[in-house]
Amino acid sequence: MTSAGDPPVDLALALEHGLTEEEWHQIVRILGREPSFPELGIFAVMWSEHCSYKSSKKHLKTLASEGEPVLHGPGENAGVVAIGDGLAVAFKIESHNHPSYIEPRQGAATGVGGILRDIFTMGARPLASLDSLRFGPLEDPKHRHLLAGVVEGIGSYGNSVGVATVGGETQFHECYRGNILVNAFNLGVVETDRIFLASAAGLDNPVIYAGAKTGRDGIHGASMASAEFDDSSEEKRPTVQVGDPFTEKCLIEACLELMQTDAVVGIQDMGAAGLTCSSFEMASNAGTGIEMDLDRVPQRAEGMTPYELLLSESQERMLLVAKAGREQEVCDIFARWDLDAAVVGRVTGDGRMRVRCHGETVVDIPVDPVAASSPELDRPTAEPPELRERQKLDLAALAPEEDLTGALEALLDSPDGGSKAWLYRQYDQLVQGNTLIGPGGDAALVRIKREDGSVTDKAVAMAVDCNPRWCVLDPYAGAVAAVAEAARNVACTGARPLALTNCLNFGNPEKPEIMWQFVEAVRGLGDAARALGTPVVSGNVSFYNETDGRPIHPTPVVGMVGLLEPWSRFAVAHFREEGRQVVLLGETREELGASAWLALRRGLEAGAPPAVDLEAEVALQRLLARGVAEGWIETAHDVSTGGLALALAECCFSDPGGTRVGAQLELADPIRPDALLFGESPGRVVAAGAHADELLAAAAEEGVPARRLGTTGGDRLCIGRAGGSTWIDVPVARLHELWARAIPRRLEAA
Amino acid sequence: MFSVIQFPGSNDDRDTRFAMKSVLGVPSELAWHKSADLPADTRAVLLPGGFSYGDYLRCGAMARFSPVMAAVRRFAEAGGPVLGICNGFQILCESGLLPGALLRNRDLHFVCEHVALRVERSAPPFTSRARVGEILHIPVKHGEGSYFADDATLARLEERGQVLLRYCENPNGSRNDIAGVANEAGNVFGMMPHPEHAVEPVVGGTDGARILGSLVDFVQGRGKAA
Repeated sequence: MTSAGDPPVDLALALEHGLTEEEWHQIVRILGREPSFPELGIFAVMWSEHCSYKSSKKHLKTLASEGEPVLHGPGENAGVVAIGDGLAVAFKIESHNHPSYIEPRQGAATGVGGILRDIFTMGARPLASLDSLRFGPLEDPKHRHLLAGVVEGIGSYGNSVGVATVGGETQFHECYRGNILVNAFNLGVVETDRIFLASAAGLDNPVIYAGAKTGRDGIHGASMASAEFDDSSEEKRPTVQVGDPFTEKCLIEACLELMQTDAVVGIQDMGAAGLTCSSFEMASNAGTGIEMDLDRVPQRAEGMTPYELLLSESQERMLLVAKAGREQEVCDIFARWDLDAAVVGRVTGDGRMRVRCHGETVVDIPVDPVAASSPELDRPTAEPPELRERQKLDLAALAPEEDLTGALEALLDSPDGGSKAWLYRQYDQLVQGNTLIGPGGDAALVRIKREDGSVTDKAVAMAVDCNPRWCVLDPYAGAVAAVAEAARNVACTGARPLALTNCLNFGNPEKPEIMWQFVEAVRGLGDAARALGTPVVSGNVSFYNETDGRPIHPTPVVGMVGLLEPWSRFAVAHFREEGRQVVLLGETREELGASAWLALRRGLEAGAPPAVDLEAEVALQRLLARGVAEGWIETAHDVSTGGLALALAECCFSDPGGTRVGAQLELADPIRPDALLFGESPGRVVAAGAHADELLAAAAEEGVPARRLGTTGGDRLCIGRAGGSTWIDVPVARLHELWARAIPRRLEAA
Repeated sequence: MFSVIQFPGSNDDRDTRFAMKSVLGVPSELAWHKSADLPADTRAVLLPGGFSYGDYLRCGAMARFSPVMAAVRRFAEAGGPVLGICNGFQILCESGLLPGALLRNRDLHFVCEHVALRVERSAPPFTSRARVGEILHIPVKHGEGSYFADDATLARLEERGQVLLRYCENPNGSRNDIAGVANEAGNVFGMMPHPEHAVEPVVGGTDGARILGSLVDFVQGRGKAA
């Protein structure tokens, strides 16, 4: 089974491929012989952390993935959740961290391309994207370059394929200096009777390859994402794939057109590990086998070896199984879009993957042990020894903030607190014509049209969230807070949170401290998702975000999706009018642990993150939905990083050039002013509207603490102690200027 | 029939049809780029935004060779109204149906935002529903929208009143702040802003309907004379 030119296959080569000695022996046991070179490559990628989830799957199984509206949960390309009237949304978030650090533009672009394929593979038309991004400090020229490249990559791909980028989050922190995070989220709309799965069912059905030709790009991308970075990482540039959004756009249209016929049995995109992963997954899901002839694969380069053809991560390719006899019809649709399509094999019944090349069998292995029964590890965990100490924060010993206005200004002027318009004005936020709330709000809100273009009453709200500072200080509490905040953001539009996806970014799981962070975070995700009734329907794990032994903060990003129906009433995150009454929902406690203020003004990343009361959270979110539907709430903005003062300032302006409305507000809580203004007690929302009495009465009914803060109007933001001194009194124009310039000025300073 | 041409890589094609059909209530269908003829009852042609053929060479440079473009040219030469939006504008320039070219934005970044446009001329078929000097708010979203023409061409365009829309604040470095320009006969018009994304109050406002509605008036014989 060896081909000319293949290196001799032995344990040493297996180790070089990232396999362990134990895994090598297991391979030999499975095959009853030593593997061929392509077979070794297949085992190496399929059992890589990236593809097999071997360190995480034991823990991911504990997440609640079921619920009444869930049609498809984890294990498919994306989670699918019903939204009524025969419609459903498919969504997922996925990381493209390692490639984006090596080559930011292509890394981010192919990240977007990959997540889009996960969505339209299910039969859904991609509707909207979000991005969750993390970089090192902007003072570092390398990170200015990375930011610019990633944004350009996301834009170049998303804009070109005609899918709106409607929101996201961006943070900057020292811990991402060696490993940036690029997590791409996409959501698509599908009719519930037209959902497609990755299944190679039906004996003798043809296996069809469609889309871009296969080249030598991206071989070993999955293995790259399964190891730490070191000094040689720059040499990994050739493992980054190159995206072609034009081909993707044609592929989307061709696939959706094809799915209107009944010729398709199953379909899968070729992502990590390309042809190998897709064919194994499809056969494994159906309990079948596949026989494939590599000579028939459309090829971009001359003389590609079986190893290269099987492991290439060339983008914009799909593998599908059609009904026997419908081959021509399928190929004709791809031809109409000028795309290659070729029958490359057929479904067999013996559960084996057999691959031929130039008439020789180069791969012959049982499907199941490679795909479904890949190794599952129970890695040891250990709480980081210094953590308890870091969680201690003695408020009494903490000098009070002397300059409250200065602190607010510093937060607005920080890259985390400032406007992200520099990023999102480079994204098409409008295409498909459904964007009710675009980037810059708490959550994006996008109207649902049917495939025939008819408008529905439904809109989906979506948000991505994580506070890594909280997660490093307490991964459990941080993950609970990420779920609660993402749900709260969705609820701020008036929508009801439905389900979530997650992207778990961590360091090296072989280290017990990292594994402990991971297990704690998964426990937090699970508990919060159950309490809020929002099942976890899809997700992705990215380990090895670690360079030269320095890991990132644990960053479990939550992507929450909610439904608003009808969308005729929704709330925005900024004050719309003068003379509106401002109400604070939720309780402010005297706490400053893990806050942005503490980090920015005291240089401390310490203290325990504030605890989330999940029952109170449910009540708050129910109240928001009711208040928006009744028309009492026209503005709702979550109080999060930066505390109440930053939230109130953000309410005073919308987009660059948008509305600016001041406010006169008084706070009554008898706690120290800096905690009142900058503490980050969760479960709070600033609400404004013309019916505060009704809102306060409803809050009392729902058991949500609520108090009137004042009214909107004028061109200044004034905040003071009720019946006492004024703490902050600044022109809104000045706050806006600081906020709007926070990122651009740092990029221009270069 | 308001025919919206669908090139491979068009992505505002469905939105343009939606604006015409579902919002303005006129018949509108997509016309495939490979067909040699326009739909038989075509009364107006719209070239939508997007990235035809990926815009890898030069924006619109490949699309001009699509079979349907010969039919569009015949239609335009016979006096039929043709509106090119964004990539459609680029295609019209590449085809020589409009003067000038669209270059990379001044700051090299793609830009998506609402812009204010001043109406320079109120005339059928594209701006009869607007008044001269009126400000319209319509979004732009493009990476190559900086309008360029040489001095002599610019002078001629200005003199003959072919500039129909001008940016109040220039987002891309266009010469003379030009946002939309017509041919000499006035029946072919290209604009970088997207009127189809400003036809509903909740999604981008309704100022775009002034442009698209003018075209409807013209086709239905209601446009006021210039």
